Amino acid sequence: MISDLFSMTVLVGILASGIRLATPYLYAAIGETFGQRSGVLNLGVDGQMLMGAFTAFYVAIKTGNLWLGILSAMVVGALMGLAMAFVTVNLHAEQGISGIGFYLFGLGLSDLLFQKLLGTVETVKGFRKVHIPVLSDLPVVGEIFFRQNVLVYIAFALVPIAWFILNKTTLGLKIRAVGENPEAADSLGVSVARIRYFTIILGGTLSGVAGASMSIALVNVFQQNMTSGLGFIAVALVYFGAWRPWGVLGGALLFSLVNSLQLWVQVLGIPIPSDIAVMMPYILTILVLVATVSRVRAPSALTKPFERAD
Amino acid sequence: MKKFRLLFTVLLLLAVLLGACKAKEPAMEETKELFRVAVVMPSAINDLAFSQSMYDALLTIQSEMGGEEAMEIVYSDGMFVVDDAAAAIRDYATEGYDLVIAHGSQYGSSLQEIAPDFPETSFAWGTTVDTFGIGNIFAYEAASDQGGYVNGVIAASLSESGVLGVVGPIETGDAKLYVDGFVAGAKATNPDVQVNVNYIGSFSDVALASEAANTHVAAGADGLTGTAQMVVGAIGVAEENGAMWFGTQSSQTELAPTVVVANQVYRWDVVLNEIMDLMSEGTLGGTSFVIGLANGGEVMDFNADYEMPAEVKSLALDTIKGIIDGSITIEFAE
Repeated sequence: MISDLFSMTVLVGILASGIRLATPYLYAAIGETFGQRSGVLNLGVDGQMLMGAFTAFYVAIKTGNLWLGILSAMVVGALMGLAMAFVTVNLHAEQGISGIGFYLFGLGLSDLLFQKLLGTVETVKGFRKVHIPVLSDLPVVGEIFFRQNVLVYIAFALVPIAWFILNKTTLGLKIRAVGENPEAADSLGVSVARIRYFTIILGGTLSGVAGASMSIALVNVFQQNMTSGLGFIAVALVYFGAWRPWGVLGGALLFSLVNSLQLWVQVLGIPIPSDIAVMMPYILTILVLVATVSRVRAPSALTKPFERAD
Repeated sequence: MKKFRLLFTVLLLLAVLLGACKAKEPAMEETKELFRVAVVMPSAINDLAFSQSMYDALLTIQSEMGGEEAMEIVYSDGMFVVDDAAAAIRDYATEGYDLVIAHGSQYGSSLQEIAPDFPETSFAWGTTVDTFGIGNIFAYEAASDQGGYVNGVIAASLSESGVLGVVGPIETGDAKLYVDGFVAGAKATNPDVQVNVNYIGSFSDVALASEAANTHVAAGADGLTGTAQMVVGAIGVAEENGAMWFGTQSSQTELAPTVVVANQVYRWDVVLNEIMDLMSEGTLGGTSFVIGLANGGEVMDFNADYEMPAEVKSLALDTIKGIIDGSITIEFAE
């Protein structure tokens, strides 16, 4: 029973599964990290993901070109990001509320377009698993890490890239400054508006890819509300990761690994009621959060609109 | 600028009011025979599962009755937020629809509040048997364990690895009934068959459903089943791995024609016809209905393109007959 959990097949299955599940969370949460580090909370991630998922799916099914699908998802996500940026930066709207508005918009529009343009649930030939030469033949490790589809690899590669941009470049410095003290940044000649536009649009683009990673890679299907609230969990993961890309990676992996663990727990007949099993990832995340909360500090200007005092 | 804004707003309001008035006119001129049905559903009408089963049934009845001149169907789908659904139900009742269907067990408490306010309207609620003792609520549910049992029998007969996998949404109601029926059918056919079950805790999380299916495949399953709209994720995995798929609620053959073996299709029109008969006699509620294999409310639909050995097919047909005439009782495993 419980000892079955530690057999090789099961452990490999849990890890490989967890890495696949973590992929959309990673794209969305890394994108959101940029936005939040610059002081903007975007709760519309789920809506952007759904629009990205639909767009990628539709383009892939109509043109047969998966990369064109990804590109279209990025454009759609960027457009939604642009709208969010306008509403946040120019109109100084209450960020939590406008985010929810975009979520509902994305949810509704993706469903409407799906009904009108496709009308029925169907599958697409999505991104296949790509075996990385040499590395994929490594025992155990090879199967877990190096036999995934290309979007998984890109998602994980984003983490060190995001870390580098935020911590080692001038752009990153500006983003962090705008998120901590926009008045000071403004007085030093940093355009708060431009930085926030950049991070919000980047966040939207990555959310679009997150959705696409589901509809043309992970499950190869589009369905109404297929993200099922994943975008909101991604936003929570940014808090969980203390606004750091590596922290976000840790959170996404923890959540996804426990999710795939609980699926195995049920399959192996370990006598935990299914209701408790499905709660496990959420409970564990909360516990870890509680344990680390004192060491975490949000960007000071998060959710506060910035107005230049001329 | 201010005056222009005011003028613009007034003009806009007038346009909206006029538009609304115009829209009401046809309603007053409609013929008395038009039967108007509204339905509120938690997922999309094309979800290949729960909501689609009701929508398809309504379309069937509409074409039987003679099309849109005889029966008007309106729907609000994607109403997984109960408050939104309650508002929609109330709106439809206010607009004078003859029958308002609340297709989701989560709508119960809303319906309890709304139905007494509209004594001339008939409400139908599924999947449940509780009419709350209110005179204008019908209740309907599916004996999903019956078709589940048949699916289980076929799956256990066809499985070469001796391992089957079930991807469930939440362990409750219609879903649990189906899963228990499937397990019972499989075990009754082959006591040594292993049926692994996992519930993913959601009706819509397609990604988690596909990983749940991956888990089963890794555990050796060569036959999979599941219920609720999230199964589209699991069906994809079944197809990728060449595992058999057994569907329920709606026909899922078109999604994976090479691996779908059989589906338990819900024919809610059986119930709807009975409800409409009662309504024409003046009874607006108070009865509950169950669809099953016996009354044709559940139909086993076999994929014609899937080659099933003759002895398995006849076993399946005998099982159906046995459930209908009562010689087979479905015993749930503990």
